[in-house]
Amino acid sequence: MFNVVKAELRKLRRPTLFFGTIGAALFFTGLITSFIYLMIDSPQGNGDRGRTIGRDVLGLASGSVNGFASVGGFLGIIALCVFAAQTAQEYTYGTLRNLLVRQPGRMKILIGKLISMALFALVMITIAAVVSIAISYLLAPGAKVNRDLWFTSDGLDAIFTTFVNVTISVVAFGIVGMVLGLLMRSPISAISFGVLWLLIVENLLIAVKVSLQNWLPGAQLSAIASGGLIDLTYKHALTVGGMYVGVGAIIASVLFVRRDVAN
Amino acid sequence: MSNTAISVSDLSKKYDERLAVSHINFEVPQGIVCGFVGPNGSGKTTTMRMLLGLITPTTGQGHILGEPIEHPEKYLSRVGAMIEGPAFYPALSGHENLMVLAKLGGFPVERVQQLLDKVGLGDRGKSKFKTYSLGMKQRLGIAAALLPEPKLLMLDEPTNGLDPEGIQEVRALLRDLANEGTTVFVSSHLLSELEIISDHIVMLRKGEIVFAGPIGELMAQQQPTIIAKSLKKSDLKRIVKIAEAAGHHAVIRDDSVHVLAEMDWAPVLNKTAFDAGITLAQLAPQLPNLEETFFEMTGDK
Repeated sequence: MFNVVKAELRKLRRPTLFFGTIGAALFFTGLITSFIYLMIDSPQGNGDRGRTIGRDVLGLASGSVNGFASVGGFLGIIALCVFAAQTAQEYTYGTLRNLLVRQPGRMKILIGKLISMALFALVMITIAAVVSIAISYLLAPGAKVNRDLWFTSDGLDAIFTTFVNVTISVVAFGIVGMVLGLLMRSPISAISFGVLWLLIVENLLIAVKVSLQNWLPGAQLSAIASGGLIDLTYKHALTVGGMYVGVGAIIASVLFVRRDVAN
Repeated sequence: MSNTAISVSDLSKKYDERLAVSHINFEVPQGIVCGFVGPNGSGKTTTMRMLLGLITPTTGQGHILGEPIEHPEKYLSRVGAMIEGPAFYPALSGHENLMVLAKLGGFPVERVQQLLDKVGLGDRGKSKFKTYSLGMKQRLGIAAALLPEPKLLMLDEPTNGLDPEGIQEVRALLRDLANEGTTVFVSSHLLSELEIISDHIVMLRKGEIVFAGPIGELMAQQQPTIIAKSLKKSDLKRIVKIAEAAGHHAVIRDDSVHVLAEMDWAPVLNKTAFDAGITLAQLAPQLPNLEETFFEMTGDK
């Protein structure tokens, strides 16, 4: 298992992949965090789906990580793409047979891949957290947001809790990507399906019937990153999202272990 | 079992209604080069995949280095393989690709550069795989197969894309490995190459074994041919009649007569032709080569 993790990390540290992924994460982090502070007085709102995050909320102990929590869903989509590509490419390149000849334990391959990609995601999340908090700290005075409570013990506790929630959410999105990669065996198909579903199909469905927000997978995983929403509790999101991820992971693992490698 | 590198019994693989490999039986002794031949679609790669634990047999059993193929984890650390061409990550260098496999298998990383040097890629190891020629990709595939210092090496068409010099190098490499005790199980469409380096042959056609055993035994089963050429083309038909009168099958191919007969009948033909006023320009006994034997046995010519 440890050997699989080491081998996978060699692939993930490729500069194009590493800096490309971190660059995309920083872009969304900077954009969304800045938006919250720069558009604080906008009548269109400064949060997702037109929500308003006011000075009173940003001035709370948890204010420093509002931007970071909001970007969690986007970090999740980036993770989904990376996990899906890294999994499905083994089929398209034909490298899966090399891996299985060197490590015939198929579950070891899967778990090793998951651990290495989760470590990769952790680096991305950490950098995004630092950058988001730094942007928030710099933009707060200009937006007349009080940051006195941000680094109290309650504030640090909020930073830690949000970091854990975002990590759970991003890794869960990544597992969904892995599942799609294993089922579709093509990076383009897996990423297209995942991104289209999360960014377009789910939003359309929720726009048509708001109550679907409580049951669609992407909405649950995004809500986990935010620590729950007003109309979608953290516990509900964790339960329903966990079931989606768990069932998908079990089905994909069974298929991966039993399926012939004939390409 | 202990002297056998590969042993399969009643091994089959069925995809839906198509029987890709049909109840095959063969053994490959340790420390030899065994050629694995058959037309495209005859089941060679499917068999290799079953032996490597990549696909599950429909029926039958197999043993690799004494271990059952149901438990590839027991023998794959001693097996090197390149199946269906070299497959690597295009955006990684040759060196990085081998490092991934070395880390995965827990092999010493020093072997990576040694193997790159051994296959002639020492100075191109840092180049990305996608920039490699087909021959270079094949060399990298062979290097990857050698990573575990294998007791059994399974190669599928290792000389594809190699230039004549490269083919010669691979031939020498495989022979050296066999001399050092490694069993080499190699498929190739270059039958002349396999004839030179193989001790054993396993011949497959439409998923069934046509022959499995020492190459000498295979060739000894083949009837020799006497090739006769006359000064005048018009005499070729008369030579055929002489052969047929003696009970031998004979045909005209190009500018010569091919007579299926033992070598010791050549002097008889020479004298009979001379007595009939035919001057022979050439009279040569010839054993069929592996390619001819292959075509004859598989009926694919």
